[in-house]
Amino acid sequence: MNRSMIDLWVGIFVAAGLAGLLFLALKVGNLATFSAGDTYQVHAKFANIGGLKVRGPVKSAGVVVGRVADVRFDNESYEAIVSMTLAVHYQFPRDTTAKILTSGILGEQYVGLEAGGDGVMLKHGDRVRLTQSAVVLENLISQFLFNKAAEGKEPAK
Amino acid sequence: MQQAPIVEIKNVSFGYDPARAVLQDIDLAIPRGAVVGIMGQSGCGKTTLLRIIMGAYLPSRGEARVLGRATRGLGAAGLYEMRRKMGMLFQFGALFTDMSVYENVAFPLREHAELPADLMHDLVMLKLQAVGLRGAAHLMPTELSGGMARRVALARSIALDPQLILYDEPFTGLDPISFGVIVRLIRDLNDSLGATSVIVTHDVQEALDVVDYAYFMAAGRVIAQGTPDEIRASPEPFVNQFVNGRPDGPVPFHYPAPDYAADLELAVA
Amino acid sequence: MQIAALRSRLERLGSTVTSIVWRLGYASRFLAYLVMHSGTALRRFRLTIAEVYFAGVLSLVIILVSGLFVGMVLALQGYETLQRFGASESLGVLVSLSLVRELGPVVAGLLFASRAGSAITAEIGLMKATEQISAMEMMAVDPIARVVAPRFWGGVISMPLLAALFSAAGIFGGYLVGVQLIGVDAGAFWSQMQAAVDVREDILNGVIKSVVFGIAVTWISVFEGYDAVPTAEGVSRATTRTVVTSSLAILALDFVLTALMFTGGNG
Repeated sequence: MNRSMIDLWVGIFVAAGLAGLLFLALKVGNLATFSAGDTYQVHAKFANIGGLKVRGPVKSAGVVVGRVADVRFDNESYEAIVSMTLAVHYQFPRDTTAKILTSGILGEQYVGLEAGGDGVMLKHGDRVRLTQSAVVLENLISQFLFNKAAEGKEPAK
Repeated sequence: MQQAPIVEIKNVSFGYDPARAVLQDIDLAIPRGAVVGIMGQSGCGKTTLLRIIMGAYLPSRGEARVLGRATRGLGAAGLYEMRRKMGMLFQFGALFTDMSVYENVAFPLREHAELPADLMHDLVMLKLQAVGLRGAAHLMPTELSGGMARRVALARSIALDPQLILYDEPFTGLDPISFGVIVRLIRDLNDSLGATSVIVTHDVQEALDVVDYAYFMAAGRVIAQGTPDEIRASPEPFVNQFVNGRPDGPVPFHYPAPDYAADLELAVA
Repeated sequence: MQIAALRSRLERLGSTVTSIVWRLGYASRFLAYLVMHSGTALRRFRLTIAEVYFAGVLSLVIILVSGLFVGMVLALQGYETLQRFGASESLGVLVSLSLVRELGPVVAGLLFASRAGSAITAEIGLMKATEQISAMEMMAVDPIARVVAPRFWGGVISMPLLAALFSAAGIFGGYLVGVQLIGVDAGAFWSQMQAAVDVREDILNGVIKSVVFGIAVTWISVFEGYDAVPTAEGVSRATTRTVVTSSLAILALDFVLTALMFTGGNG
């Protein structure tokens, strides 16, 4: 195997390897979908964030408009503070509601933003005041059972 | 009047393991321009002595001076400096198996000198011509016979025109013709390069035909030295046994064993 | 009587542990020397390229074929389980995350250790046994700089590329089985995958893993080769040690790296 053949094959190998990495990054990962660019941060307080994770999506009308940047616990109000990074070309009114929703029945959780009607938009560092916490499955089930029990008692009365 | 010896070994003792000395109180001097033989049985320490001359090991006691400098106290740079003026032929050639004959001989030239391609080519061809293998330049080491491989290795070891050439058992396993070739090459190269050669071997008769001076070693000590004629006529019993190839003498035929009669009697009883 | 036997066993255990620790120290000094004398390998890059060929290019076939099969099996097994929860559209997510985070670096690493690692050990060991290393030293050429360093860097460069190709081949295999064979919706396959696989969290971490594995495996390979007893038996034992030690190192490092990268609270 002379030198130029070796060089050729090594070149092909390295190019293929880099192409593989590129394929993974673009086609498999989410590099093409949401990357850097101009962003601004807002935060919101929730009584319960459920299974929301950092880097989870922030969607409005089903479209990804941002990412969860940070999740902290406020030791005074005993609520969760979620910081979100939103793309700068998506502006939301100050009375927007932030809800923690689940994609599908058992899917991952995300922050859904429902726009309000206020004329003034949220700026960098603002707080989203209206929030709805995640639905915790156990509470839902116990509520359902409680309602069922209550229904059962009424006709008996 | 005489120049300083190219190799001086003064009171050198050495052991790989501190408890067992392989060399004890060796005193040797190798004059410039001579072909000197270091001979003895396998295990007498001659290869170890060669490695000390090479600088691969430092003597535990005493001093080894090579090319005017003591091997102790040479840093890595000093050691490589010294080795650039030496050439060594290993027992089975030690050619680089992934390179052709040409590449093997060119190796030291490539590593130590920035030469234009045609000058390098000429030098390699020169060295191969000296050992008679210019026509084999394109072959790979696996395609060479033992004798040819050793000649290529010899061409490689003289690539940088060394002042000191070391031979580790150069005659091992050669047919009579290759033998004759190597013997002739050792003498011719030594004289044409103006170098000094040290041959470590146990092929006594053949070595005595080519060397100017010989040292005899046994059990880590020098027990005899002299010109070939002196050695052949030496009264020393071990030298006598060795030179004449007698099966029994100071080196006994029988490995130490308990009494023979007692051994047999025990079996019968 | 029993206490003496127990005692001697404990002594042997102690000396084994001591010798392992000592050997690790020796190997670390070897690595440090190797890295410091890598100038030749970088200046005469031709040497390193030749080693990338021997370690990387010659491993391509086994890596691509294995990756393909692993991806196909993942898709088959994954579909089996996912469709029981009605989540068969997440097949792409399962295949891609398994490969990119774990199987790509680990399996490619194990294959690399057995194919390229053992070859490197055997080559260096044989050079030592046939006195080629000594010959080089005699010609005032540092064998570590000339022979060992290019092989080390060749392996370190090849490993991440091989791991990426393994994952890519696996995802393609998963696509072939999942979409073409089983009939999972192609759109769902790719889009859910893209939504779930994060470049920084998953892919980059996978690449970091493969780099770490590459360094570990190649380090072990060149060290065992250089340290081999220069006989046929010694070389054979050294190659065995390379494969065994590399495999264990990959699995142990995988655990440590996974724990560091992929767990921990909401992040």
